[in-house]
Amino acid sequence: MRNSNRIFMVKMLLNSLLRRRSRIAVALIGIAIGATVLLGMITLCYDVPRQLGQEFRSYGANMIFMPAGRATSLSLDDVNLALALLPAEKILGATVYRYASARINLQPLTAAGTDFTQAAQTSPFWKIDGRLPSQDNEILIGADVAELTQLAPGMSALVSGRNKNRVGFNRPMLISGIVSSGGAEDGFIFMNMPAMESLQGNSGEADMVELSLTANEEELGNIAAAINGSMINIKAQLVKRITRSEASVLSKLESLVYLVTAVVLLLTMICVATTMMTIVMERRKEIGLKKAIGADSKNVGREFLAEGLIMGITGGLIGSVCGLIFAQLISDSVFARSINIEIYLIPLTLIISGIVTVLACLVPARRAMDVEPSVVLRGE
Amino acid sequence: MDILELNNISKIYGSVKALQNVNLTVTQGEWVAIMGPSGSGKTTMMNIIGCMDRPSSGEIYLNSKNITRLSLADLTTIRRDTIGLVFQQFHLISYLTALENVMMAQYYHSIIDEAEAIQALARVGLSDRAQHLPRQLSGGEQQRVCIARALINYPQLILADEPTGNLDEVNEAVVLDLFKQLHDEGSTIIVVTHDPEVAEYAQKTIVLEHGRISKIM
Ligand SMILES: Nc1ncnc2c1ncn2[C@@H]1O[C@H](COP(=O)(O)OP(=O)(O)OP(=O)(O)O)[C@@H](O)[C@H]1O
Ligand SMILES: [Mg+2]
Repeated sequence: MRNSNRIFMVKMLLNSLLRRRSRIAVALIGIAIGATVLLGMITLCYDVPRQLGQEFRSYGANMIFMPAGRATSLSLDDVNLALALLPAEKILGATVYRYASARINLQPLTAAGTDFTQAAQTSPFWKIDGRLPSQDNEILIGADVAELTQLAPGMSALVSGRNKNRVGFNRPMLISGIVSSGGAEDGFIFMNMPAMESLQGNSGEADMVELSLTANEEELGNIAAAINGSMINIKAQLVKRITRSEASVLSKLESLVYLVTAVVLLLTMICVATTMMTIVMERRKEIGLKKAIGADSKNVGREFLAEGLIMGITGGLIGSVCGLIFAQLISDSVFARSINIEIYLIPLTLIISGIVTVLACLVPARRAMDVEPSVVLRGE
Repeated sequence: MDILELNNISKIYGSVKALQNVNLTVTQGEWVAIMGPSGSGKTTMMNIIGCMDRPSSGEIYLNSKNITRLSLADLTTIRRDTIGLVFQQFHLISYLTALENVMMAQYYHSIIDEAEAIQALARVGLSDRAQHLPRQLSGGEQQRVCIARALINYPQLILADEPTGNLDEVNEAVVLDLFKQLHDEGSTIIVVTHDPEVAEYAQKTIVLEHGRISKIM
């Protein structure tokens, strides 16, 4: 029986809202805007660090592996074990380098064997004139080397030297491109790892691994510690300069986003509170009437807050849809990427807009409860 | 048996003495009319009798219980259980249908009962208007919905402030006829009116002037 009363009241509340749509439209729009910004901002807040992580990473690797202890080189087996310790989705790129002394047209320099598809991930700032080597008889030469030797893409050059076993090599190779990075690489020549291994006469070795990881400084520290703790022959090290600025920019951005969201929620609350206050004033007669026919202050307050809650959730729902669109648009135009929609953020937004609206309705509800039933008999 | 007793009741709004030393007893089943010029304190008196306001001084007894110093919450309970109100301006909730308006009173009183609410509407001749909103009803029909709402919880005392003030003669007759039926069934009725013809129906007429009872007829 009590249940039928509850259903009746819910129906009455819905009637009150539905049959007076224009009255509550302003409050609803306010709530919807608040919820839009809330969900939009939270989504961005959640997604942008991920996005920015990737953007910043284009400025280079943020971790390297080097031989540890007495080891003079890395074994590829160890490297793979170490990589297996990392969460796969955090690895944007892992580039293995093997270095050797060599000469090109008798000019001494450092030759490096690597995997160019990975290198493109960890060194996206490389500017290539020509193209990356695709065959084992092709090399990429640094800008300084090109300058010194007057070599250009399309020409061929003689790569010579001795491997660890003091066996000499001498091989004509085709220059596929010139790399300029503004760093040490400009004095190197690069070739595919199999080419290097064939020059050196053995495989399975490396000197350095560059990693590009999607992680903040703290996570990077934890990852490095984990690897250093379990791999004896590998030393993982952060490339400090980049990660630190990244972290501080991100945290500043995040606090800015939170601040903006808090301000918008506050404005939403003010908007809702003033609208509801006006509604209480307009509805004094109706509230008085309800009291005259038997409602007590508790009934009036409860109904008012329940109306607020319904409005909050409705506004939150509208706002959630708009918020996702909003976040998508921003992400699209600023980062040229699409966002990850976190489904659980939608109920969270609904709950927050419900709470914010109910809070905003507290003072108006108090006012409504104070309306005296005698206003009904008194003329306007 | 006395259902209502006003004992030396005064109500003062700032410098305005809306009621001064009013004494009145109403017995069970009596029909009382209150008349008097505008501003003489009729509505003030109805508000006090209807437990919607409290006197500045004096004592008020309802069913022999002194309710003068009860809290507003307690007054609400008493009003809910013993009093049915009918207003001059109809005062229906605009976004609810006739039926829902009647059921609203059931809801605040105890438990809704749609069949009973429909019966109450039938009693005032509006069973075919149950699903209409107030703005789809004529003034007389709205007032009849108000009466249905006022009697839905079987109040001992029906208070009506100018119930026919906004009605034409035909509707006035319908409403008065309803009151007469209720009175015949034993309800106690107090009606404020400007209209001597309405006052005719009452067994006792009180005339207020400047907040004092000047005449009892
Ligand atoms: N809340 C209030 N504050 C101040 N004065 C009030 C208040 N309510 C009523 N009054 C005054 O009390 C006096 C009696 O008012 P009341 O409404 O009881 O008159 P009434 O007899 O019902 O008049 P009418 O026939 O015009 O309805 C009037 O002078 C009115 O101005
Ligand atoms: Mg009056």
